[in-house]
Amino acid sequence: MADLLLNLWVEYLWPLLWIVILIVCIVLPLLIAVAYLTYAERKIIAAMQMRKGPNVVGPFGLLQPMADGLKLFLKETVLPSRANATVYFLAPMMTFFLALVGWAVIPFGEGIVLADINVGILYLFAISSLGVYGIIMSGWASNSKYAFLGGLRSAAQMVSYEVSIGFVLISVLLTVGSLNLSDVVMAQKSVWFFIPHLPMFVVFFISGLAETNRSPFDLPEAEAELVAGYNVEYSAMPFALFFLGEYANMILMSAMTVILFLGGWLPPMDIALFSWIPGPIWFIAKICFVLFFFLWVRATFPRFRYDQLMRLGWKVFLPLSLAWLVITASVLQFTGLVPK
Amino acid sequence: MIQAAVFYMFAILAVLGGVAVISARNPVHSVLFLIFVFFNAAGLFLLLGAEFLAMVLVVVYVGAVAVLFLFVVMMLDINFVELRQGFLTYLPVGAAIGLVLLVELASVFAGWHVAPEAKDVIAAATPDLMQVTNTEALGQVIYTKYVYLFQASGMILLVAMVGAIMLTLRKRPQTKRQSVAAQLARKKEDTLEIRKVGVGGGIG
Repeated sequence: MADLLLNLWVEYLWPLLWIVILIVCIVLPLLIAVAYLTYAERKIIAAMQMRKGPNVVGPFGLLQPMADGLKLFLKETVLPSRANATVYFLAPMMTFFLALVGWAVIPFGEGIVLADINVGILYLFAISSLGVYGIIMSGWASNSKYAFLGGLRSAAQMVSYEVSIGFVLISVLLTVGSLNLSDVVMAQKSVWFFIPHLPMFVVFFISGLAETNRSPFDLPEAEAELVAGYNVEYSAMPFALFFLGEYANMILMSAMTVILFLGGWLPPMDIALFSWIPGPIWFIAKICFVLFFFLWVRATFPRFRYDQLMRLGWKVFLPLSLAWLVITASVLQFTGLVPK
Repeated sequence: MIQAAVFYMFAILAVLGGVAVISARNPVHSVLFLIFVFFNAAGLFLLLGAEFLAMVLVVVYVGAVAVLFLFVVMMLDINFVELRQGFLTYLPVGAAIGLVLLVELASVFAGWHVAPEAKDVIAAATPDLMQVTNTEALGQVIYTKYVYLFQASGMILLVAMVGAIMLTLRKRPQTKRQSVAAQLARKKEDTLEIRKVGVGGGIG
């Protein structure tokens, strides 16, 4: 009996517990990062617009995200009349959940990864393609015209940009020869992929903006015409979940950009000073660098019109990424650089 | 043991989800249950060790096809009371068609024969999963042995897509299309003229 229990503990319970501990180790810093990303966003945009930004709560306004979170926590959760309650509450949970599960396959350093699966890129692609559900479900379940229109826009937008993201991913993994994210990073030992794949790096970054509904592609929540879009009817914690999900998705998209194009945890040059700094630090620094671009774009560009958004996705990015895929495959074939 | 338990969990949930798809009254709920079934099917693929198929199932069916389903179904203007009223009138016809299909299926299954060579062919097409990863194994089969069939299926899909676009694309004389090239070619001198206007003079 004791033998069986020990076996059960060693075989199943302890690995399970260990994974739970690891998940907490990833999710907790992530949530803090999300909170401070909102702070960074306000501060950076304020600096770009020559304002001060939040500076009242705590030193330099550092406690502002905590105050915002607390405020949202204490608000009343409102359920609109004739809303579909189950779907209504399922939608923000799903958004938040999907923004977190993507991190399971992200390698933070050499061997520092929760799930080192063979189809890591596809997993991330699948997770990011599911993100649309939270938005479309909330739009429908709110039983409100503005929310519904926001949800429909978002569905069309995310499906459109996913196509070009898919082709960019294929170009990259052709050069790697593996779907494993750690292999993708290791393949960039000699040169980071943003150099040979420069056009695709740009396409991927812009598609990432569209995929995470960030400006200038934040049409689903165009406050001028849709009074905020899919999340108009949400308040308190369900709204907070959408908010957290959106920002966590931004960080995830930046992490994807870093892994695919900016060499993941690898230092820029393999020289003594750079290689002393541990991989995870490089990885986080690069994520911050990409996130800064996300915020910079928001402070700089006006919002796209809807037909322009669709035109860019289908008539510019799709042919471009498809052509690049053919070029990549041809070059690899004719120069004999095909991996393995 | 754990694997069997997980298999039965996925299988039972998939079947229950399938039942819910056809029994749900709200079509949007039906689509959401369908998505649930897709997820369980992906779980079953994972249990089989076919992780590539599992991910592709989620990407293609859940991430794209079901989104468009949901898109269409949400825009349908459905009157649930009207939907109930027709139920009894159409029941006999529907039941008769269902019965015919059931009998046909039963007769097909009764006369089902598997060619004895078929088994060898299946076994031959599968590379050793210990040696290569799942993705490679699929690629080796699809892009070598079945490359023509694979290309043909791609062509069929392309033709279907072109057909759908041709059916919906029509030139309407009253719509004004945006010409990006023309917009970008516009210069300040073409549209803007600055004049000094004297007091009380106006522009003549």
